[in-house]
Amino acid sequence: MNFKRLVAISRKEFIHIRRDTRSLLFSFLIPFVLLLLFGYALSLDIKNIPFSVLDYNDSAASREFVSGFSQSGYFDLKGYLNSEAELKNTIDSGKSLAVIVIPPDFEKNLKASNKVTVQTIIDGTNSNKASIALGYINAISQSYSARIFTEDKVLKEMKAPLSSEIRVWYNEKLDSRNFIIPGLIAIIMLIIASLLTSQVISREWENGTMEQLIVSPVKPIELIFGKLLPYFIIGMIDLSVIIILGKTLFKVYLRGNILLLFVLSSLFMIGALGMGITISIIAKSQVVSYQLALLTSFLPSYILSGLVFPISSMPKIIQYITYLVPAKYFIIILRGIYLKANTFFILAMDVLYLGVFALLMFIIANFRLVKKLD
Amino acid sequence: MIEIKNLTKDFNSLKAIDNLSLKVPENEIFGLIGPDGSGKTTLMRMLAGIMNLTAGDILYKDKSIAKNTEEIKAFLGYMPQKFSLYGDLSVIENINFYADIYLVPKKERAETIKKLLSFSNLSDFKDRPADKLSGGMKQKLGLSCALIHKPRILLLDEPTNGVDPLSRREFWNILYDLKTQGVTILISTPYMDEAARCDGIALIDKGKLVFTGSPKKIREEYAGNVIEMITSDNILAFEAVSVLEGVSDASIVGEVLHINTAIDFPPETINNKLREISISIIDKKSIEPTIEDVYIYLTKERQKLPSEDHKK
Repeated sequence: MNFKRLVAISRKEFIHIRRDTRSLLFSFLIPFVLLLLFGYALSLDIKNIPFSVLDYNDSAASREFVSGFSQSGYFDLKGYLNSEAELKNTIDSGKSLAVIVIPPDFEKNLKASNKVTVQTIIDGTNSNKASIALGYINAISQSYSARIFTEDKVLKEMKAPLSSEIRVWYNEKLDSRNFIIPGLIAIIMLIIASLLTSQVISREWENGTMEQLIVSPVKPIELIFGKLLPYFIIGMIDLSVIIILGKTLFKVYLRGNILLLFVLSSLFMIGALGMGITISIIAKSQVVSYQLALLTSFLPSYILSGLVFPISSMPKIIQYITYLVPAKYFIIILRGIYLKANTFFILAMDVLYLGVFALLMFIIANFRLVKKLD
Repeated sequence: MIEIKNLTKDFNSLKAIDNLSLKVPENEIFGLIGPDGSGKTTLMRMLAGIMNLTAGDILYKDKSIAKNTEEIKAFLGYMPQKFSLYGDLSVIENINFYADIYLVPKKERAETIKKLLSFSNLSDFKDRPADKLSGGMKQKLGLSCALIHKPRILLLDEPTNGVDPLSRREFWNILYDLKTQGVTILISTPYMDEAARCDGIALIDKGKLVFTGSPKKIREEYAGNVIEMITSDNILAFEAVSVLEGVSDASIVGEVLHINTAIDFPPETINNKLREISISIIDKKSIEPTIEDVYIYLTKERQKLPSEDHKK
């Protein structure tokens, strides 16, 4: 391998990127936009659930019960309803996601320490949102009943046989940003390493420039590394930008070792670049290679990596498939370093997988890049 | 210098090159002549070492290209038929890129580039993106990049295709210049008039060698006469003459009627025929057969004898 030739190819590739608006957008604007979108818009925490109340009791107790919801921070009281018809209307129109129906004998039964049933009607169109809202409603109702329970003078004497105290580690407020933004690093790296890189060799075939290049003494390995170097550098720049913006804009703090993060991100990036260029070498046309990159590396990484959708809730067969997705291991590494301050040894198996993947990709790329036209 | 031995190239069922043998002497401008689809580009690509050979071999000074590909490529300059430099890179960036790839030492680089830019008249355009160059300038840039490492052998695949006549003449002057510097040039072209500019030529048709030799010698292959005439009505004359027994081919080239006849064809037959239909002859002369005449003649002769091909 000749280093001068490698640098010459890298320099040329940098000129291509600099003069191509699309490459510039993909390299610098889209990662930033994604960070903002994921950081601000994609929140898996459901807050301000719109709800209404149909209160047949209209007592101090029922109002106190309702205020438990509006003060929780998870619910937004849209108003009191007067009839079943209004209830149907508010759910149908989407003004309220949930309606709490309080029975006429609510206060009376509470005071008499009788069992009280409160009805909740939930719009189940968005099942994910509905089940989370349901969980909140249950929790708030239970905490209300627990309070009534302890306020009751007779019952106060008795002690609860079992109480559980839950503490959350690593992401104390269970803020979804804390696990989305580190995972996003993998997605942004894939945009550069796979979508952008999938074009670099196929473009040369398509434009016919490869014919002139393969007559020269350039070696496939020089061509591969030379072409990938600029994208690797862009990936590292983007990584730095995400770390800084994650901290300043979204208060997602890197708890682990920054050097380890860069080293392991480089490893993932190298594997992804290897995959991108392998696709580019095999496809020989820009459209095909772009589609291939989208289908084989970007989409699986987005859906099957555990970035947004938990792998444990996927069907068993799909779960096995996720073992083949490199981004899955990288996201474990990212969250490990970012939130748990994991050290190298804890992540060793994931690192090993990424290493093997990267090596394999470069072997295939080098093997498949033949300096012949047929 | 270059020896092509029983070369065959198959693309699936299609035989692009069919058992072709050819010798190209050192320091000649050697032309590969043939129409589109005759296999010129395939042959050039195999000569450049960027296409696998199905059978046979190509030897450069007794070294087989199949085994010594990279070693041979080092002293080859190749210019593909399609412009294959980077359109978004300027003239000088393209040249510098290839200088880097061929590891041209920094010391001689400035000198070489200066020379290349001046003989290709691109000095004033060195910062222009390659995409914004005219067809002729693009070809000269391609040639400059192919020459950056001072190759001993230059392979040019239809370099003058689609280039205006003035630029074409200029391009040929560059080639003559290179020849005096000792470069062997193998050029392919569909233009028969360019064949006359070569020291040696090979006529190719459907992947087979039809003839090889000097342009002078090829005319001797022609068994027949060529008559050029101007008449009062070339179109009617053409229709009348082309059906005569003994006329193998006739065509209207610009102002003149170009007629190929058999060797024993009495030229008066044409005069008699035209007199019958009262067309007057303004001018009539016997000329040397052009290479195009010979090419058409030879390919027609081959088609007449398909059985002989099988015997070979």
